Amino acid sequence: MSELPVQATSATFLGMPSFQRAAKDALANTQQRRNLAHATATIRTKRAAVVGEVEGWEDLRVAGAAAKDEALHHLPDYLEELEANLTARGATVHWARDAAEANQIVIDITRAKGADEVVKVKSMATQEIELNEALEAAGIAAWETDLAELIVQLGHDRPSHILVPAIHRNRAEIREIFVREMGGVGRAAPEDLTDEPARLAEAARLHLREKFLRAKVAVSGANFAIADTGTLVVVESEGNGRMCLTLPETLISVVGVEKVLPSLEDLSTMLQLLPRSSTGERMNPYTSMWTGVTPGDGPQEVHVVLLDNGRSRVLADEVGREALRCIRCSACLNVCPVYERAGGHAYGSVYPGPIGAVLNPQLRGTSSEVDKSLPYASSLCGACFEACPVRIDIPALLVKLRTQVVDEASGRSAEAASMKAAAWMFGDHRRMEAAQRASTLGGRLLGGRTLRSVPGLGAWTQARDVPTPPTQTFRQWWASTHGDDPDAGADEAASPVAGPTGDGVDEATPDEQGATDHRTGGGTAADAESRDPRHTSGESS
Amino acid sequence: MSAREEILARLRSATSDATDERGARGPVPRIAAAGESAEATLELFVDNVADYRATVVRCTPEQVGVEVAAALARGRAHTVVLPADLDAAWVMPAREAGLRLRPDEGPGGDPLTADELDGIDAVVTAARVGIATTGTIVLDHAGDQGRRALTLVPDQHVCVIRVDQVVHDVPDAVTVVDPGRPLTWISGPSATSDIELDRVEGVHGPRTLDVIVVG
Repeated sequence: MSELPVQATSATFLGMPSFQRAAKDALANTQQRRNLAHATATIRTKRAAVVGEVEGWEDLRVAGAAAKDEALHHLPDYLEELEANLTARGATVHWARDAAEANQIVIDITRAKGADEVVKVKSMATQEIELNEALEAAGIAAWETDLAELIVQLGHDRPSHILVPAIHRNRAEIREIFVREMGGVGRAAPEDLTDEPARLAEAARLHLREKFLRAKVAVSGANFAIADTGTLVVVESEGNGRMCLTLPETLISVVGVEKVLPSLEDLSTMLQLLPRSSTGERMNPYTSMWTGVTPGDGPQEVHVVLLDNGRSRVLADEVGREALRCIRCSACLNVCPVYERAGGHAYGSVYPGPIGAVLNPQLRGTSSEVDKSLPYASSLCGACFEACPVRIDIPALLVKLRTQVVDEASGRSAEAASMKAAAWMFGDHRRMEAAQRASTLGGRLLGGRTLRSVPGLGAWTQARDVPTPPTQTFRQWWASTHGDDPDAGADEAASPVAGPTGDGVDEATPDEQGATDHRTGGGTAADAESRDPRHTSGESS
Repeated sequence: MSAREEILARLRSATSDATDERGARGPVPRIAAAGESAEATLELFVDNVADYRATVVRCTPEQVGVEVAAALARGRAHTVVLPADLDAAWVMPAREAGLRLRPDEGPGGDPLTADELDGIDAVVTAARVGIATTGTIVLDHAGDQGRRALTLVPDQHVCVIRVDQVVHDVPDAVTVVDPGRPLTWISGPSATSDIELDRVEGVHGPRTLDVIVVG
């Protein structure tokens, strides 16, 4: 990557352990695993249904990716156009190189209005720059108004999902948080509060309404910023967004530079892609659009803070820039087997899940433990790419980042060492056979027990169970069931072009037999051997 | 160097490899479902609005007032705020039924404050566009729809939309609206699924949405 500055790693996340270590703790949290499994399965089903309603879904994905690429390839031009249109419509545009600069701009505007509090509509960008903490340090209270964000804020917690940040909490915990915390920062929770979701939502409504009605300053993000009109767009469900965007006198929107869309036509593409991908709805309940200041309606002072904070560095990577297409729908989280089990906190960022595994190391660099480990927080199964409405090839980006992490590692990394060992072993079939025979010893010793960790493979086995090695190699098994010429048989089994045995005997192919008869051994050794060893050697050298 | 100049310079250097001309992708493809007929589009609109747990009724222009009054009665509204240019006939039966109808005007002649709006039960408005595939009504806050706060703070929103305002898909709506105006796209009442993914209607916006389709 280029010499452009990385995003300063937040103090909160500096001490984060690697993903694998954090995930191991998360895996032990059965409540969270149950909540996540339910949530992701539910959203996956809803999403599939509403995406299935759209005939040209793939065309929409292509158009969505093209719109973002157009904006990203000409980002300076589109930002200048956006700025000109915003300014012409009475908005004030600010530019922020990093989190500290953006936070200071918001603090200065709030102080100039004589306000000591702001209401906030959920915004990934302001979470990323940790605006709430900066405001608090400046003596300004920041009230999160999205229900889930309120739960997270009152619970002194971190968000764990992009769309439903408090999904790791269940209703009883939420009730407890409301009863314990609301009174200290405003209207207390009703004394007879139950853990019914409707009652909890009502409590949030009452608690927040007094804040909405008195607030002088609001802070938002933006889902999209339209260059050719100067229009900002916020999508939401609860109406807290509309409250923030409408009632206060002053509105400050912190907008990542990658949020720009060239035109209103591109917005129509995105408004078809985003809600269906995100909440699995045909459309979210509320979408607000505003263009500068409208006399007599809404805030009469409108500020837009255009934020870099590491984005220019991501943009400079001609492969990696694809991640900046992200519209924060969270579809990739809901289909990811790793996210579903590990939960969002293990990613050490406001951007969890597959997109977080890509975006965080890109934005922050790979110097911290957690950012080094994130490219490995994936099974590379490809489900995230399939789900992504703007076709971000997350698995390919993760592989690229893994290379970068390995390259940057001082000395020989465990992965580089094991790859070298593998190349040596695959380089000669006798070595490989010896290794396989050795591994069956482990299988015979273990019997059916699961391996929890293997010395020397700490990083790999920390959060994974290792398959039990088979008790015999494929070649041994083949010899024991097919007579006396193991090499001939094995070659036929291994060759991708060889059909069933050529002697005219009507029997199942070796592969089929392997699948049915070799069931006790675990497939690893047989799988490795079913590939032509010479071919494998060529690939890994 | 100012932050603006520095960021733009960073971004220019970051995109120096991009060889495609600006706009080289050509016109934005218009990917939209087409309605079989105006009636099919209307039926889809009604179905999808209802699917959001909004109440939706169809009526003739003569019946609008009766339907508005019925909706306000269902919502147990007593006080109703009205946008300045709303068709007076739409609220005549409600007025006759004794509901307290107020213009968006406080005692001093200024628009109602947020606190004053908080004491009002319902609002009746027109709309700019309806979208069938998504069950969405779009407000552009013209004189018959009121400023944005009117349809936000009261607990019930009764929205009257003419059949000729209903388009089939999202791109059809985007070509109709004026981005120079504030726009509010509404699909069902205020809702949250933040607690264990249980959907709850009514958080901060109107808890009840009544859509009256005219014609």
